[in-house]
Amino acid sequence: MYELYTKILSMIGIPEIFAQMSWPVFPFGCIAALLVFVVIFLVLMERKVLAWLTIRKGPNRVGPNGFFQTFADAIKLLFKEDIMSKQTNKVLFTLAPMIVFVPVMVIYGLMPFTEHLIAINLAVGLFLIFALSSITTVGIVLGGWASNNKYSLLGGMRSAAQAISYEIPLVIAVLSIAVLAGSLNMLDIVKAQEGGILSWNFLPAFIGFVVLFICSIAEVNRIPFDLPEAESELVSGYNTEYSGMKFALFFLAEYSALFIISVLIATLFLGGYLPPFNDYLSVILLDNIINNPAIMDLLVHIEQGFWLVAKTYAIIFAIIWIRATLPRLRADQLMAFSWKFLLPLSFLNLILVATLKLFI
Amino acid sequence: MSKLKENIIQKDMLINVGPQHPSTHGVLRLIINLEGEIIRDTKPVIGYLHRGKEKLAESRSYTQYLPMVDRVDYLSGFFYQAAFCYAVESITGLKVPRRAEYIRLITMELNRIASHLLWLGSFLLDLGATSPLFYVFREREDILKLLEELTGQRMMYNYYTFGGVKKEIPEGWIAKVLGLCKGMPKYFDEYEAIITKNPILLERTKGIGVMTPELGVDYAVTGPNIRASGVNYDLRKSNMYSVYSEIDFNTCLEESGDSYDRYVVRIAEMRESVKIIEKALAQLPGGIPEKLRVKRVNCGCKKEECQYCGFDTQLTGKKINPAVFKPPVGESVVSIEAPRGIATCYVVSDGTNKPYRVKWRTPSYSSVQILPELIKNRPYSDLMPIFGSLDVVLPEVDR
Repeated sequence: MYELYTKILSMIGIPEIFAQMSWPVFPFGCIAALLVFVVIFLVLMERKVLAWLTIRKGPNRVGPNGFFQTFADAIKLLFKEDIMSKQTNKVLFTLAPMIVFVPVMVIYGLMPFTEHLIAINLAVGLFLIFALSSITTVGIVLGGWASNNKYSLLGGMRSAAQAISYEIPLVIAVLSIAVLAGSLNMLDIVKAQEGGILSWNFLPAFIGFVVLFICSIAEVNRIPFDLPEAESELVSGYNTEYSGMKFALFFLAEYSALFIISVLIATLFLGGYLPPFNDYLSVILLDNIINNPAIMDLLVHIEQGFWLVAKTYAIIFAIIWIRATLPRLRADQLMAFSWKFLLPLSFLNLILVATLKLFI
Repeated sequence: MSKLKENIIQKDMLINVGPQHPSTHGVLRLIINLEGEIIRDTKPVIGYLHRGKEKLAESRSYTQYLPMVDRVDYLSGFFYQAAFCYAVESITGLKVPRRAEYIRLITMELNRIASHLLWLGSFLLDLGATSPLFYVFREREDILKLLEELTGQRMMYNYYTFGGVKKEIPEGWIAKVLGLCKGMPKYFDEYEAIITKNPILLERTKGIGVMTPELGVDYAVTGPNIRASGVNYDLRKSNMYSVYSEIDFNTCLEESGDSYDRYVVRIAEMRESVKIIEKALAQLPGGIPEKLRVKRVNCGCKKEECQYCGFDTQLTGKKINPAVFKPPVGESVVSIEAPRGIATCYVVSDGTNKPYRVKWRTPSYSSVQILPELIKNRPYSDLMPIFGSLDVVLPEVDR
């Protein structure tokens, strides 16, 4: 692809250095498009699933079965007035949604969606993902503080406290994966799980899987850990004062984070894009029929994408299900749960996995 | 400079919860002094929904005022109408037929279930659980449909009148209520399965907002709130108004008086109400309206003590003419066990067709006043489990 791109540019007469500089824009363009696409259907899915769980019909007015409801909502948000009260810190107030949104977007580039569909393949991909995901909290605290609203401030502070307590068990749970794979490269981690459902990481590191799952719900601020935006206490938490496009950015960041954290769980513990069988379905079924290796490659590629999306949506469904079932925890109970329960558990998991790795 | 410094080192934060806040159940305003996330001081500000219900009575005739009484508490209109009707009846000396009393009792208990159901939904919504709200609305809808069929209204019923009730039960209504009563316990089991043993709910409500019996009595808290503290005070048992003396039922009591117990008491009370309705329907004098009509035609004796066409199977005793209805000089106080506690109506008549004075004593008023005591030195997140469990309805506080 890169060769083709430089070739076209040199044919028009643009120097190669410009081609080199402009090339990285493309993956990010694709990621931005993917992100918006994902969020739009994620919101629709959440509303439909919640409606189904709470004996309602959900959106059913815009388009067939309410299919275009989120588009309508997005357009409404775009046209809304951007209200900013007089005493807000205008620079930080504007900056906060971006600080929340940008790291999430970068994480999309670090994630292997299929074997070849990874925008930035780094040796320390896993490390960078967790480094970036904690930046989001800074944006939330900033937004809460800059709003000059007491509810927002409380929401922001809660978010900081929550992030500090949940990131530690989260990282330690993920450390066991690095031990198992012997690498921090995302592709290597996935490839280490090859060989069907029994060689996926969630079996040796099951405790870590549970810890990571709980911590990820806290990481994306969802019920039962949605304290920063607890609507019954803090009106809407850190984004109380936001409206229009700035609110849309928070919203977008929240749902894209939900998606990407589910992709992360699938990649780390459920074999990522790998199929649950020994070999790819298309290889098993069509190997004798199709002899062209190029078509076969394409089929395998599509199948990899399918498996990842299927696993991701299964996890998202579980998270939505939890949202429909559980009430919210209290701030101090949440901290106690994290420090007294999840942290020892994640250490236990690390020790177990390391011992396992030593003997096998 | 020094003032600035003072502001910086000032530890506590004044936060204004309401009147427009998603979970103050209407328009309660709480001025809360926070130190970090700990509530140090609370001051409830009420009166945003004051409609002058007491003063309005003085410029209206009794019959004109009757529909307004429903609006004192929009979730349990029957109880306030009953309190007003009993008060006027006791001044006037109107006798209520037993059939009318039974219909009143059945509608009141149905109303109690509907009110408790809505409380359950909003309480759990305050705790962050969103789904139960929709489930309780499903059951509440069934009840409201029945009441609509009976009275023509979903919330502001205006069904009672001085000396009885206004309309006969529609055909097939009793069978529908019995069917609902049969299905209800299953629904309650469903709620209990998802809520009662939920570890997060237990964590958040057990031992939170403990109301000691002494404190509750001092603040004149009544109803399920005080019964959750172990004070056995249920007017249905102790005053035996209406025909509660003819029906055997239990008062639901709990010991510790925390938010969880208030939840348990209300669930138990709903189960008990279902049983009361079933028993009352079985004992209803005259029975099913279709059959009663046939029997009346066949009997035709018009005697006072007849089983079919006597006084006890009528809907109202003496028909009153609204235009000239003038109770004699006198006063009367009637207390009724409403879903939220004791509702008291005090009526003074000066012999004209308008009441001289009507005074309402409503239970939620006390529940709001006790709130600062319960949430003192608790985290801010505990505000909602405590306030929600008290089941406050703001229009009733302000009247």
